[in-house]
Amino acid sequence: MSPEPETAATPAEPATLYGVVISDSPGQVVLHPSVEQYLPTIEAMKADGYVSVIDLCGVDYLTHGGRSLPEGVAPERFEIVVNMIAHTAPRRARLRVQVAESDPTVPTLFDLFPGVEAMEREAFDMFGVVFENHPDPTRILMPPDWDGHPLRKDFGVGSVPVQFKGAAAPR
Amino acid sequence: MGIIKDVKDNGMGGLEYNFLTAKIEDLVSWSRARSLWPATFGLACCAIEMMATGGSHYDLARFGMETFRASPRQADVMIVAGRVSQKMAPALRQIYDQMMEPKWVISMGVCASSGGMFNNYALVQGVDQIVPVDVYAPGCPPGPETLLHAIVTLHKQIETGELVKRREATGAGAGIVVEQRDGQSDTQIVLSR
Amino acid sequence: MTLLEQPDPINAAERVFRRGDDSAVLRISEADAEMVETVDIDPLSDEPMIVNMGPVHPSTHGVLRLVLEMQGEQVLRSKPVIGYLHTGMEKTGEQLSYLQGGTNVTRMDYASPLFNELVFSLATEELLGIEVPPRAQWIRTMMCELNRISSHMLFQATNGMDVGAVSMMLYGNRLREETLRILEKITGLRMNHNYIRPGGVAVDLHDGWREDIAGLMDLLPPLIDEFDELLTGQPIFRERLQGVGAINAEECLALGVTGPILRGSGYAWDLRRDMPYLNYDELDFDVIVGTYGDCFDRYAVRLNEARESIKIVQQCMEKMPTGDYRLQDKKVTPPPRARIDESMEALIHHFKIFTEGFKVPEGEVYVAVESPRGELGCYMVSDGGAHPYRMHIRAPSFVNLQTMPHMMQDALVADVVAIISSVDPVLGEVDR
Repeated sequence: MSPEPETAATPAEPATLYGVVISDSPGQVVLHPSVEQYLPTIEAMKADGYVSVIDLCGVDYLTHGGRSLPEGVAPERFEIVVNMIAHTAPRRARLRVQVAESDPTVPTLFDLFPGVEAMEREAFDMFGVVFENHPDPTRILMPPDWDGHPLRKDFGVGSVPVQFKGAAAPR
Repeated sequence: MGIIKDVKDNGMGGLEYNFLTAKIEDLVSWSRARSLWPATFGLACCAIEMMATGGSHYDLARFGMETFRASPRQADVMIVAGRVSQKMAPALRQIYDQMMEPKWVISMGVCASSGGMFNNYALVQGVDQIVPVDVYAPGCPPGPETLLHAIVTLHKQIETGELVKRREATGAGAGIVVEQRDGQSDTQIVLSR
Repeated sequence: MTLLEQPDPINAAERVFRRGDDSAVLRISEADAEMVETVDIDPLSDEPMIVNMGPVHPSTHGVLRLVLEMQGEQVLRSKPVIGYLHTGMEKTGEQLSYLQGGTNVTRMDYASPLFNELVFSLATEELLGIEVPPRAQWIRTMMCELNRISSHMLFQATNGMDVGAVSMMLYGNRLREETLRILEKITGLRMNHNYIRPGGVAVDLHDGWREDIAGLMDLLPPLIDEFDELLTGQPIFRERLQGVGAINAEECLALGVTGPILRGSGYAWDLRRDMPYLNYDELDFDVIVGTYGDCFDRYAVRLNEARESIKIVQQCMEKMPTGDYRLQDKKVTPPPRARIDESMEALIHHFKIFTEGFKVPEGEVYVAVESPRGELGCYMVSDGGAHPYRMHIRAPSFVNLQTMPHMMQDALVADVVAIISSVDPVLGEVDR
């Protein structure tokens, strides 16, 4: 389903596509661009027939640092995961961008795919990753005055202890 | 009119001079129970079941309640159908405040009653933290039978005046819990406090 | 009202790229939008006015809030404000095991719960690297199509009611009840079934399911034809929908929109046909497309998709194989109920699988299915434990909501209701 890699995968050279290190996932190719490569890669993919950004979300790898990544990709705390789809010769591709905790900033894709507006707002709301030059960098799901980013691993679930019968009425 | 010889011959015309006596309190609560208009407060899954209750299979119109009012000013009972998020809570309270007295609240479904399975940062753990709840309908989502049962329970409580007395004493809702209903069996009503 | 002309193909999607004041999206913060209510506005002035619609409004399908910039009756710019039903399901999903996760995700899109369970199960199975038995695949296909019918019927009910055909509420709900009755008989619940689970389905089809579903399939077509008769030719209904809220295919693709909205704009893209999953490659059905991408086309696409689903369910009934309804792998499936009563090991196994769950190899995966609202995806990351490390649902309604400002630009306030309804958002899925 996925397009042929530009260079053949040899043990020494990691396989690349659009100049970006790739790995394999069931049914689709996974690209691992750096933050600098992120925008040019998406541009090249758009020219190559990827018509839509289907999904964009964040992942916080705070407690899972030792995940498997291809060689040459240094793990960082946050990842922005972008799923793209091409309709001619139907195929999908996924980008995993490593975003450092010290500088959680990535460029916005709004000028290429305006549909990411809400998804980037959600990633900001849930993980605190800032999308540079985003037209509307506000919270989307939580109230505007909310403190913290709920889907971060160091943000508690916020569950309250459940009281059963015999407990005093709240009012 | 002339003089009527026999009351039986006169049929409904007899209403003009027949009368019955009752306590004004009973009449008021009787009429209140029979003209309850719900405010739409559909939030999540339960709202779909609330709509199904209004549909022709379950026919909420039998209880004089099919007129779901969008305006809280014209509504008597708020059916909180679904999970209440932290962001929604102020709006919910505002709607409740806009409703005219006397007003009642049915908490429909476990999410509205206690937060249900979503015990996390986003949800209010029970709508009774924001507004006084009179009847809790359990289920996830409660079937239309359970909602109908909760509504009938509310009607009965309004008619007996039980509910008003409780609220005056505690400031909270009556806290009546109905059991989940499968449409077959009679269920018990439990007063929780 | 005339139909809109076909857009210029070169700059067909230009308007969705706008950032500034000429954009259809009113990019003001929620707090500012609340502030404007307190400002005194001279009712006779021509100044644009900001109106909040929702979050509690009978035609916003739950708790959608719209901030509209109005000039008289005309909408200039607008912004959907969401989050009023944010349930933290992605966070809760990280606390639940893979077997419990189904109960969580099924409450997202409550109009089509089986699709959520399906996509969650497919993602888990992909990570586990297991293949479910053919009968389970066919049961899943058939149940999903039944669910698609009930979801599209719910759309007919709400759409009809929103544009003034109030009796549709009764007609649509009646049809939905008939479908739900079968779903309840098979899964045990009217909604939020938790029926499709990793490894297969929860229970086998009951005895006599063929008669039940065949009866339903005989009942539905005349009722759908009745809708068609009631609505399609009705001049008031057409006037409310035709030419309202048009969007073209290029704009849809730029916005990442999928499902009936994309197909309504004349672009034939359906994951069931183009990237088949389950058994859809063995089934014969048509992908329904519209022409103008207006509200009427979206209505017609959904109505005819329900008919296609009936065709699919009938084929599933013919092709339903015998065999296991779930994988007989002790690692992921609990023992049969009868064995728990007689075997200590089975009881321990049952207890372990429901308290601890099963471990899933490390990895990450994205799978997608075609839900009644568009592409429903699940991105799941596992760290090798018994709970997902991250579970993200790509909700079609969440993305589709972004079309609203573009559809609503220059529309009248009455059209806003028709447009919201034709996008058919399920807010539980939008906010998760």
